[in-house]
Amino acid sequence: MSASAANKPTGAAAAPVGSPAGRPVLEIARLSVSVRGEDGERDVVSDLSLTLKRGETLCIAGESGSGKSMTALAIMQLLPQPAARISSGMIQLGEIDLATLNERQMQRIRGDRIAMIFQEPMTSLNPVLSIGRQLVESIEAHTDLTRGEARRRAIEALTAVRIPEAESRLKQFPHELSGGMRQRVMIAMALVLKPDVLIADEPTTALDVTVQGEVLELLRDLQREHGTSVILITHDMGVVAEMADRVIVMRHGRMVEEGKVADIFARPQADYTRELLAAVPRIGTGAGRQGFRETILERPTQVAFINDLHVGFDLRGGFFGQVNRRVHAVEGVSFSIAPHETLALVGESGCGKSTTAKALAGLVPYQGDIVIGGRNLSGLGRDERKAVRRDVQMIFQDPYASLDPRMRVGDLVAEPLLIHGIASKQDRSERVAALFERVGLSADQMELYPHEFSGGQRQRICIARALALRPKLIIADESVSALDVSVQARVLDLLKELQREFGIAYLFISHDMAVVENISDRIAVMYLGQIVEMGTRDQVFSNPRHPYTKRLIEAVPVPDPAKRRPRFARLDQEIPSPTRKIGEPPPKLALKDFGNGHLVAVS
Amino acid sequence: MTSPIAPDLPATGRMPARPRAGVWRQLLKRRLAVLGLAIVAIVVAGAILAPWLTGYDPNEQMFDGLTLEGAPLPPDAKFWLGTDLLGRDLLTRILYGARTSLIIGIVANGVALLIGTLVGVTAGYFRGWIGSVLMRFTDLMMAFPALLLAICLAAVFQPSLWIVAMVIALVNWVQTARVIYTETSSLSEREFIDAERTIGAGAPRILFRHILPHLLPTIIVWGTLGISTTVLLEATLSYLGIGVQPPTASWGNIIFENQTYFQAAPWLVFLPGAAILALALAFNLIGDALRDILDPTQRGRV
Repeated sequence: MSASAANKPTGAAAAPVGSPAGRPVLEIARLSVSVRGEDGERDVVSDLSLTLKRGETLCIAGESGSGKSMTALAIMQLLPQPAARISSGMIQLGEIDLATLNERQMQRIRGDRIAMIFQEPMTSLNPVLSIGRQLVESIEAHTDLTRGEARRRAIEALTAVRIPEAESRLKQFPHELSGGMRQRVMIAMALVLKPDVLIADEPTTALDVTVQGEVLELLRDLQREHGTSVILITHDMGVVAEMADRVIVMRHGRMVEEGKVADIFARPQADYTRELLAAVPRIGTGAGRQGFRETILERPTQVAFINDLHVGFDLRGGFFGQVNRRVHAVEGVSFSIAPHETLALVGESGCGKSTTAKALAGLVPYQGDIVIGGRNLSGLGRDERKAVRRDVQMIFQDPYASLDPRMRVGDLVAEPLLIHGIASKQDRSERVAALFERVGLSADQMELYPHEFSGGQRQRICIARALALRPKLIIADESVSALDVSVQARVLDLLKELQREFGIAYLFISHDMAVVENISDRIAVMYLGQIVEMGTRDQVFSNPRHPYTKRLIEAVPVPDPAKRRPRFARLDQEIPSPTRKIGEPPPKLALKDFGNGHLVAVS
Repeated sequence: MTSPIAPDLPATGRMPARPRAGVWRQLLKRRLAVLGLAIVAIVVAGAILAPWLTGYDPNEQMFDGLTLEGAPLPPDAKFWLGTDLLGRDLLTRILYGARTSLIIGIVANGVALLIGTLVGVTAGYFRGWIGSVLMRFTDLMMAFPALLLAICLAAVFQPSLWIVAMVIALVNWVQTARVIYTETSSLSEREFIDAERTIGAGAPRILFRHILPHLLPTIIVWGTLGISTTVLLEATLSYLGIGVQPPTASWGNIIFENQTYFQAAPWLVFLPGAAILALALAFNLIGDALRDILDPTQRGRV
């Protein structure tokens, strides 16, 4: 840590915009962070310089491994010890070089002058303390306020982040709040001491899209009120366009480009920025699949037909542990999928879309009819059902979790063939090699283990595995949401190619409306276990009729700073729960046809 | 790949295409594992070759094996490690005692591990009523004092080496079952198990190909730790007179027979104790090394 750099005159080059002292609030000069690994030290951030002015929002954008989070942790002096350290450079907050402070001095800065919000609000709140206690404690730690005054400050802070009934919420514990509410509590905690700098590391990535809109707007309002400077770290170019004044694009630990948000989007200079922007899925560009519908409509055969599907989970409670409540996860869902067709199931967390997929894949018990290739699964014996299920395969969300880490990838892809007794040993390995080539991997990689691949490659392995049995339907449950945008775009292209080649139907489950618009033929919108709107992509996107669908589409941040949304309709309340008392089933929505199969729920 | 965007296709730089060296060869590369293997090899060799290594009978009480006052002899040229309180050659008894300890350590512990794994995996994977029944039974066994149970069992059956091994197995499987149960139930929640179900894998395949390999490190660690526990439990039982019956030698009963001479002839307690310790340590060293070698995710990781 170079103490010599601390005395260097700073801020001379920075424009004194809005800053009374004419100096930036935070200045980072030639910062390098290195991580010690098996093969020596490696820079994860190299030679990064940036300035942050008062009241400004600076977005650091980049894909995974770009060093954006490491930069944030370096500012907070929270780098994972002892593996990572600041190898050179300085981080100047006002008069102080943070890189030279010890842990005690830093504790006084954290929370008071720099605050941070993390991606996952559940893990950054202490689960065994009430939110009131956590808020009050952090106020008391940094100020001389009495318990009563601190409590009043806490209530003010919760009210400021638009949490209704703030006073009674103080007694609640983190698990009693929804994800959006928890993130608001985090923001309240971060802003209660009026810090100079707020670092938000992917603050809305774990949230639903409608909640994301609210939280972003809240951040913007609070910033305007307090004049806080914000460093927003995100991979989502839509969020960047929505929030940023200036943008830094990072890649492999280096700054690729820096500029005003309008310039970055309109006139990107670096090739990498250009490619990154091109890879971002946008609503309204899902062209190229027109003329497709006709060929489908001609075909009466259906790959899968789901009628009045119900999935419920019983909850036990009360003194004797009897069943007294029921989660109505899926409540009378019906749809069908034709060959060559992609049906997207969209909705927010807890709406039942993944449960529907699991029922279809045979992972959860259900009521209702699932008909695959003309055969109703509920009427079949075990072996027959296994044979029919061959036609339905699934690709999971997290390619890191859905491959057995102790098996070679070649064996993993061969496994479905083995289980269903297809092909001889020799033939099998040839088929696996062909599958590897088909999904864009090389056959030499069959001997490796899953952890030796990147996220995108692993998802390709999962696709190869799903393809092995030549299924008629592939369920893709959030299969691209864990991937970086550039990787995501290529995996989506692969899925489309495979559909053209083999005529596979997809049930594509996603919360990302832009991706959905890009890949799907038809769309079903789910809310609280029921379908509220279903139609072709054009019907749903250009003429959404259900208020929830409209809200969902509006909530997507547009990756264009010129089209910033004025104000976003606020919900500011908990989303209703699908958990109900026994004997009180939720009211069933009736779907009405608004022409050409555009079904909308009417109440 | 000329694309400036992080390619998700090959060329990640790190493509370790090394052939998988045999477990044995990797084991020999680790110094501590080699030490463990060496100790185990010495003990096994000593146990097997005992009749050829010494000229004495383990149970023979020799006239010249005691001092005139009737005290044990210290190590000398004739009795390399001295004699015990009945004038028997200590080295001979330790060598023959290795047979008992190895049999108890391996058989009793092996059976305990087998029962524990079976119960734990069944309860953890299938859950439901069968899981509840099995785990409540395990809890019951845990709450019951192991020593008391062993005494009851040993009183019912006529104590012999094999019966002692079985008794030890029957009281020692519970901890393994608990640990394996917890691991299995968290493993079966993992997404790749769901992924296996969607490709049509049945319970046997999931259990043997996907769950057991993940449990292997735990089983190995518990197995090697358990060897020391079982050797000690055998010693305790022998002391209480319900273990291996005298005059058959076991490391445990050598210590307990001679404890009265602890101050006058400390080697009588110290040497068999050191043998128990060395054997337990050796198995632990091997177990540790095996756990690292058998986990492919530990290879080639930064």
